[in-house]
Amino acid sequence: MSIFLDFLKSASSLGETALELGLTGGLTVLALFLSYSMLNVCDLSTDGCFTLGAAVGAVVALSGHPFLSIPVAMLAGLISGFVTAFLQTKMGVDSLLSGIIVNTALYSVNIAVMGNSSILNMNKTDTVFSILKSNLEGTVFAVHYKLIVILVFVILVSVFLALFLKTRIGLAIRATGNNPAMVRSSSINPVMTTIIGLCIANTFTALSGCLMAQAQKSVNIDIGSGMVTIALASLLIGRTFFGKKKIPVQIIGALIGAIIFRLVYTIALRFNMPAYMLKAISSVIVVLAISGPYLKSRFPLLCRKLQLAKEQKTAGKEGSRNA
Amino acid sequence: MLKLEKINKTFNAGTINEKKALSDLSVHVKKGDFISIIGANGAGKSTLFNAIAGSFLTDSGKIMLDGEDITMMAEHKRAKKIGRLFQDPMLGTAPDISIEENLALAAGRGGWLSALSKKDRELFREKIALLNMGLEDRMTQPVGLLSGGQRQALTLMMATINPPKLLLLDEHTAALDPATSEKVLELTKKIIEEEKLTCLMITHNMQSALDLGNRTFMMHQGGIILDIEGEERKNTTVNDLLNMFRERSGKALDNDRMLLSR
Repeated sequence: MSIFLDFLKSASSLGETALELGLTGGLTVLALFLSYSMLNVCDLSTDGCFTLGAAVGAVVALSGHPFLSIPVAMLAGLISGFVTAFLQTKMGVDSLLSGIIVNTALYSVNIAVMGNSSILNMNKTDTVFSILKSNLEGTVFAVHYKLIVILVFVILVSVFLALFLKTRIGLAIRATGNNPAMVRSSSINPVMTTIIGLCIANTFTALSGCLMAQAQKSVNIDIGSGMVTIALASLLIGRTFFGKKKIPVQIIGALIGAIIFRLVYTIALRFNMPAYMLKAISSVIVVLAISGPYLKSRFPLLCRKLQLAKEQKTAGKEGSRNA
Repeated sequence: MLKLEKINKTFNAGTINEKKALSDLSVHVKKGDFISIIGANGAGKSTLFNAIAGSFLTDSGKIMLDGEDITMMAEHKRAKKIGRLFQDPMLGTAPDISIEENLALAAGRGGWLSALSKKDRELFREKIALLNMGLEDRMTQPVGLLSGGQRQALTLMMATINPPKLLLLDEHTAALDPATSEKVLELTKKIIEEEKLTCLMITHNMQSALDLGNRTFMMHQGGIILDIEGEERKNTTVNDLLNMFRERSGKALDNDRMLLSR
């Protein structure tokens, strides 16, 4: 009986960790929901931007401004998004390439932000998490302080996105991903919608990085590496379960995808999967989610080809026998 | 109304594929004109539309619309004054967003941060009901679910919801089945008459080129080789058009699509 209770306890704490991590990364998933699903731009600067948010947030928090750290990190993300968007809309750089270029440049920027260091420690620094923790001391919520902070941000961002995508500019961003020619003929400049969309998406990515760093009380230069694939995996898991429904449903789907991804990962860790497998798994999930539907559509053709080959083989055998 | 002065456009200049698509083209379109444009493939009909709509800048020449010089104006800014439909029904609408949202984008009412109002919804519904396709009950469905004909009719509605100064129709019924094509053409005529729009329409159907509108252009090698209206046009038959083409271009019209679809 006590073993069972222990199991429940550890399961629920595991679940909460997965929930925290999933939702923190979920903000990046929402960013990609905007750039990848809506704007149809695969923003490969996501990794660098996530680290940028983490680094800027940490530096501001270390300087004694835990609350200021969040808007400043978001602003840094916005600028990074602007540069990525500017390169692909105004400078003739391919959309994937501009993300890669900005991502590379951000590596240097991030080291510079962290003061020529690749790691920062916030163990003794006030963060939004530590402040809430000390304020909740003695209440029932005390153990859930991380989840509370993250939930507040996730809800704010989700509500913002759901409302924003209903406005005229939001509609224009969705249409830009669909059919830029139609946007132009509606007298809207798709350059503008792409810039605005990427700026907002990267603001969320940086926020995500900032919260992740403060939650784990440290930043290193690799904190964002692989984020774009992990977030895409979560997004596509969400899409598999929820499909292309109304925007609020898709947003919830993306978040649930993020949680499912972390949950599966956490459970896999319990079964002694080494932690370094995270990125390989996320890559496999993305490949499965993208090529699954494609292979499914090719399957009947493949079957026919195999059958034809078989028939020809037997026909060939009979032919040689007759000869 | 629309004045083109010595428009030139050459593609791939200086290469072996050099093609003079528009050469010294000048024309004056009067307010309320409904002009049908015919010509063989590669005559420059669509290039002319691209030049007017601003899909590219011309090499030389001047484009005036309603007294305003739009020669260097960006395409999306011209789109405020110029509505355009393509042959491909997929080009005019965004498939993942709903009918009413497509209309809202085209109508462009309210501020950037305003959402679709109830009043606009009702207005769009009324407008769509005019199409007589039952779409008014599917306003919140994504446009991707509609058929080609329905999408083209919707595009027509979107292009004319704010009556443009100029409407460009680039064989906009050619990709539709005959019955739908007929219906979309009827709608086009109705809207043009009601809103008194100035319109240029490319068609490959010589008979409808003569039946529709009040003026006909024939294009050849980037220029307008025939411009008829009024009595002269009334007395012209498809055979006359073919003869005129041979006379003026120095060769017979050898475009099967045009010859077969009289």
